[in-house]
Amino acid sequence: MRAMVYRGPYKVRVEEKDVPAVEHPNDAIVRVTLAAICGSDLHLYHGLMPDTRVGHTFGHEFIGVVEQVGSSVQNLQVGDRVMVPFNISCGSCWFCARELYSNCHNVNPNATAVGGIYGYSHTTGGYDGGQAQYVRVPFADVGPVRIPDWMHDEDAVLLTDAAATGYFGAQLGEIAEGDTVVVLGAGPVGLIAAQSSWLMGAGRVIVVDHLQERLEKARTMAHAETLDYDEHDDVVVELKRQTDFLGADVVIEAAGAEADGNLLQQVTGTKLKLQGGSPVALNWAIDGARKGGTVSVVGAYGPIPNAVKFGDALNKGLTLRMNQTPVKRQWPRMFEHVRNGHLTPRAMVTHRFPLEHIAEAYHVFSAKLDGCIKPLVLPDAA
Amino acid sequence: MTDPEIPSAYVRDKRPPRETREQLRARIPGWGADLDPADRPSHPRLHYAPGTTGAHWDFPERQPERQPRERSIEHAFVTPVFGTAQPLRGVSGAIRRLAYRRFSEGRLAHWLLLIVGDRVDAWSSHLRSFATLHPDNPVTETGVRAEFTHGGLRSRRGRSDARHHVLDPVIVAGPWVAGAAVTYTGVRRLVRALRH
Repeated sequence: MRAMVYRGPYKVRVEEKDVPAVEHPNDAIVRVTLAAICGSDLHLYHGLMPDTRVGHTFGHEFIGVVEQVGSSVQNLQVGDRVMVPFNISCGSCWFCARELYSNCHNVNPNATAVGGIYGYSHTTGGYDGGQAQYVRVPFADVGPVRIPDWMHDEDAVLLTDAAATGYFGAQLGEIAEGDTVVVLGAGPVGLIAAQSSWLMGAGRVIVVDHLQERLEKARTMAHAETLDYDEHDDVVVELKRQTDFLGADVVIEAAGAEADGNLLQQVTGTKLKLQGGSPVALNWAIDGARKGGTVSVVGAYGPIPNAVKFGDALNKGLTLRMNQTPVKRQWPRMFEHVRNGHLTPRAMVTHRFPLEHIAEAYHVFSAKLDGCIKPLVLPDAA
Repeated sequence: MTDPEIPSAYVRDKRPPRETREQLRARIPGWGADLDPADRPSHPRLHYAPGTTGAHWDFPERQPERQPRERSIEHAFVTPVFGTAQPLRGVSGAIRRLAYRRFSEGRLAHWLLLIVGDRVDAWSSHLRSFATLHPDNPVTETGVRAEFTHGGLRSRRGRSDARHHVLDPVIVAGPWVAGAAVTYTGVRRLVRALRH
């Protein structure tokens, strides 16, 4: 089969690989029909995630058709069209039993602090991902769900992570009616977080970024006010000014470990790699929230420490909430919102690349060329 | 009501909202659909519902371990299911094995060793590729051709993250200069030691 393969920081290519085999009775083999590159894949691509091995196939956002099932699979059949959560979860450990599917303890021998994720280094279990023609899907009776007939494939693939994570981020904020919500980062997660904040009763939603096409998308797709941090000497002061010097009731950090906006953090984090990325957005979230407010973190961070202003969070009495998204738990309610048009994931898609052009796809997304917000990958396109 | 000239943070009263419920409902599709926390899927955070996960086992059957599988020493055992992509091999494998065997996830040494393993893996794979029919190609593998097909210059115009800084040469050349200095110093000391 053809598969995307990591060759070292900033280098990927397509190679011929063996079609994955059933390795456990509850495995399924899925033929991938549509995949996506997630913003968090860029942390791997940039060499920030420990134990990212040469030869690894990335990709934790994908949908496809079941090609083969293991002997104990009961809920899926060959030929089913399925969407697969980015979390690999057993359904029976202490955490899965409490619907914390992203914190499963039975699928990742390499680490206890993070669960299993497709195509996301050996730190999350060493599973090849879905930017390929086929993928092994463990615990087929737990994770995958048949794609409803009415659902568009591009909505389905985005519901496997980015859209679900945006919706989850708004929930972590515990938004109350009338709250002012600030979303840091107008990428796919931030855009859905902004849309979701309205569903939960926000009175104002302000999206912060510096890329014009993304800010425009925040205005048109998410009906949000926008703030271009490049236009302000100090974005935190501007946030205070715009919130009557209170700060935001809720800040959703949807940028993650490679945020722009602070030279020192950029140099020490993403360039010299002296810390686990650049926590600019996280510090803005802490500074921009009102005292007693809530900071929701759904931007991706790795296991290496970051220079975070924890003292300010303490002194302001903030509630910090965060997790990887337990995707499957989000789906029934999200399906309703997508069907009703309240959430519009596929409106974020800007680029569609054949798998054979994967190196260009990563470069365009990483360098944010051509107004790229969300690139999809077509495994079988010529 | 206190003086409206004084910002909210300094007074007791909450200012009236900019828009009413009705105005927000008219403007925003689905506004308030999840206003009740009970409608939010992740509320409450812990929701004990073992019968709904799809699992039909108390503990999963164990996946065969065809070769020794590295694991975090914070785990009681190798988890019943695990990835089998890219097993440990060579020098990078030895470094990674040391990281897993010796240090818990709570130790920075664990993660730094894994990063060192990643760099050794990348360089050794790069060198090995030149002995194959499919050597690494920095043009095709970096996707840099997209600079010409997807508006490299146009896309960066005016962007703050695309500006160069005075520190950039230091960042790019610094590690090479430091490495050369360390090598030079080491070689000089070795030569002196051998002469005496």
